[in-house]
Amino acid sequence: MKIGAVGGLGLVFLPAVKGFAGSGALRDAAGAGSAVGRKWAMVVDMQKCWERGAECRDCILACHRAHNVPEIPDPEEEVKWVWTERFEHAFPEQVHEYLAEHLRDKPFLVLCNHCENPPCVRVCPTKATFKGDGGLVMMDYHRCLGCRYCMAACPYGARSFNFRDPRPYLRELNPAFPTREKGVVEKCNFCTERLEEGLPPACVEACPAKALVFGDLDDPSSEVRRILSASYTIVRKPELGTRPKVYYVINPGLGNSGGR
Amino acid sequence: MLAKALTGSNRYWGWIVLLLVVIGVGFSCYLWQLKEGLTVTGMSRDVSWGLYIGQFTFLVGVAASAVMLVLPYYLHNVKEFGRITVLGEFLAVAAIIMCLLFVIVDLGKPMRLLNMILYPTPNSLLFWDMVVLNGYLLLNIIIGWHVLEAEYKAVSPPRWLKPLIYLSIPWAVSIHTVTAFLYAGLPGRHYWLTALMAARFLASAFASGPALLILLCYILKKYAGFDPGRAAVQKLAGIVTYAMIVTVFFVALELFTAFYSQVPGHGMQSLQYLFVGLEGHRGMVPFMWVFVFLSALALVLLINPATRAREKTLLVACGSVFGALWIEKGLGLVIAGFIPNPFERVSEYAPTLPEVLITLGVWAAGLLVLTVLYRIVVAVKKESALGNEG
Ligand code: SF4
Ligand code: SF4
Repeated sequence: MKIGAVGGLGLVFLPAVKGFAGSGALRDAAGAGSAVGRKWAMVVDMQKCWERGAECRDCILACHRAHNVPEIPDPEEEVKWVWTERFEHAFPEQVHEYLAEHLRDKPFLVLCNHCENPPCVRVCPTKATFKGDGGLVMMDYHRCLGCRYCMAACPYGARSFNFRDPRPYLRELNPAFPTREKGVVEKCNFCTERLEEGLPPACVEACPAKALVFGDLDDPSSEVRRILSASYTIVRKPELGTRPKVYYVINPGLGNSGGR
Repeated sequence: MLAKALTGSNRYWGWIVLLLVVIGVGFSCYLWQLKEGLTVTGMSRDVSWGLYIGQFTFLVGVAASAVMLVLPYYLHNVKEFGRITVLGEFLAVAAIIMCLLFVIVDLGKPMRLLNMILYPTPNSLLFWDMVVLNGYLLLNIIIGWHVLEAEYKAVSPPRWLKPLIYLSIPWAVSIHTVTAFLYAGLPGRHYWLTALMAARFLASAFASGPALLILLCYILKKYAGFDPGRAAVQKLAGIVTYAMIVTVFFVALELFTAFYSQVPGHGMQSLQYLFVGLEGHRGMVPFMWVFVFLSALALVLLINPATRAREKTLLVACGSVFGALWIEKGLGLVIAGFIPNPFERVSEYAPTLPEVLITLGVWAAGLLVLTVLYRIVVAVKKESALGNEG
């Protein structure tokens, strides 16, 4: 009952990322709030992640706890914002039979790419999915019809539909974030609510290996830009023209790993 | 005129009651779905559209096919169709009503349907589909009703109707084109991402719709004592023949491009899933071979002039066309678009019992509308025929 009451409160996140002072560059994730981000992006350094061992799920747990993401046992109806996939599934068009083992069998973190040119936004008939400030691809759970057109349009499987009422499947409730109802779509929001308060995304903050870096692409001195200019990075399915903004550092040791 | 729908034989009323029962069963399942959510269906995060949207897609085609009567009659003066254009228009009305119902039962939050109008979003093809479908529904109700009323009163239809009739011709093409664009414009769904989609949709629509009309004409002749005339049926059969040949040709084009290029992301994997199975998942394979068999049978019976002319074999051919294209479009097209999923995994879809019952309920609702409308048509036609003789 309490959960329902919370769910009824202001569920709509406006696109305005209002919490930022308009000065200074974003140098590292912890300082996310100190800058106006015009184009938020994430860089994932998988080598750092793997060094923690395959059991580490800190980022996933932090995200799902912060956003009241239910744990639905049926994989067909799962709701997930961030999770891992093996290389061949995350980058299916970039595998070959003899791919280096250290890539092939390792988990890669996947989430909504907050595409620069997002097909989900293009198809949504109600603007329930829209592009907000900072290039964030956002959702209005109050407006969503549950037509699932956006799920057909997203080439990254980043969207989940609430096939049933998610509230009974919450381990614990974060009263600061709305719960969802059955019948709407949801996905990673790059922690808009935290960015508004000047905090980095929950996953970035939770990562003990500092494998996740968040920042402003429009700021040439940001850490994300520094890594992108110094390392070999790839994005998922670039051939589709969506221009994803989650980047993966692929071959550590070629310029980026020593630099930090 | 409407009162005519309230008169009829015991068989008519029996049929109505049967449809009402099926609608009732479907509706109670729908109430359950509303309560529990779409978890009662077989859809999943990987195959997020299923039977409902498949039926929707197929029926948009049936609706669009009314143009295959209207266009020859009004633009090419094909007199044979004079008696039956209204049958095509009312079939379109019933089909569009089913389409709209299928979209509604597929929504996670149907009570928010109006958000599509409150927040119109012209960059979404679903928005345009709503516009063209509702427009087409309105056009066909107005046209069908006034043409029939004119016949009832033995006057010629009002003059302002002509422009609307002409408008309905490109409009029919638009509804199926926009519906094809729903699919053909999505990155990452390789099976759908083909410029051929709209052409394929139209071709299969012009086969399945007129095939259904031939079957309906036969039923009207047999059970309602209204004979649309052999000439009209034969003209329709010619249309079905050409449209079916083009449809099968288009499917063959897709197969060629996918398999000769050997590019997995050119629909090859989806086609493999449909026809031979992918990674051991073979759920659609039997259906697709029924599609192949029915298509072949239909083509043989339709192309051969003797079997096309004979009523019995023509009916078998039309039933085959309808069944084949229902499988191809109402099932295969939608499901295979989601297979493999964005992670190149195969997760299969099969509808659940409640899902099937809801689907049947919507079909029954459409048939009910169709029955009532056709009942009126038949009554009017019979009366005006008497009037002409007398
Ligand atoms: S990853 Fe998918 S959901 Fe996220 S912005 Fe891109 S298309 Fe939309
Ligand atoms: S499911 Fe919701 S967010 Fe997705 S396209 Fe439909 S209305 Fe938009």
